[in-house]
Amino acid sequence: MENPTETKKTYQDYVDKKSPNSPILKNCFNAFWVGGLICTLGQIILNICKDRGFDTQISGTIVSILLIGLSAFLTGLNIFNKIGKFAGAGSLIPITGFANSIVSPAMEYKSEGYVMGVGGKMFTVAGPVLVFGISTSILVGIIYLIFNTQSVTLV
Amino acid sequence: MDTIDWASIFEWSSLLKCFVVGGLICVVGQILIDKTKLTPARILVIFVTLGAILGGLGIYQYLVDFAGSGATVPLTGFGYNLAKGAIEEVKNIGLVGAFTGGVKAAAGGIAAAIFFGYLASLISKPKMKKQ
Repeated sequence: MENPTETKKTYQDYVDKKSPNSPILKNCFNAFWVGGLICTLGQIILNICKDRGFDTQISGTIVSILLIGLSAFLTGLNIFNKIGKFAGAGSLIPITGFANSIVSPAMEYKSEGYVMGVGGKMFTVAGPVLVFGISTSILVGIIYLIFNTQSVTLV
Repeated sequence: MDTIDWASIFEWSSLLKCFVVGGLICVVGQILIDKTKLTPARILVIFVTLGAILGGLGIYQYLVDFAGSGATVPLTGFGYNLAKGAIEEVKNIGLVGAFTGGVKAAAGGIAAAIFFGYLASLISKPKMKKQ
């Protein structure tokens, strides 16, 4: 009889050998260039907006709106999911992932109706993001008000 | 229509900085996905919250100055935008600004996400369950 722990170890070695070689490196590489490309696309839109005479704040908003709109429709057409499978965080972390996180669950629950199905489930992921994002910004504002200078807060 | 200054739009050094920084932020997210058991939703929350905190501390501003969209397009930039808006409004109108400033600054993105998100869901084809 073989030692059970040894069998376990042999099995583990077998699994290690069979599983793809450190997919994390490949994942990171794909995430890097897809994410970088999405940001670069944003920068190009930003530069065009600035060239057209919009100020930085409005240009940034236009970039967000365009990227969000684009990825929302790509998600609706089932194209974004394919990019997401390939790029992982590369398409999740940019603002495109935020739009994707709104459309994906909404599509899934479409059968539950247009109000509670689509309208409600849109915020399955985006809800927490907004809750924590906005709450943090309120705290930041209050803390800033208390200290009234950013030099107190580290920088 | 005026001619567009393509040279300044495709200025390579700014695009390269943007590409590298944006890519690296995504790599951080990818490592979190691969190495931890965090769901994507939690990672998005972490990134936005982290961006808001770093934005509030004034640290993220340096990254934005350096990389432009490479720092503002990732979700950390969304958090930074919220925090920056809150601080600006606090400067202008005091305490109420803490509540109005953040959403005001990010209003375009939030509204677009809701509007286009709903619209895209409406036009989407019902997805076949394949998994």
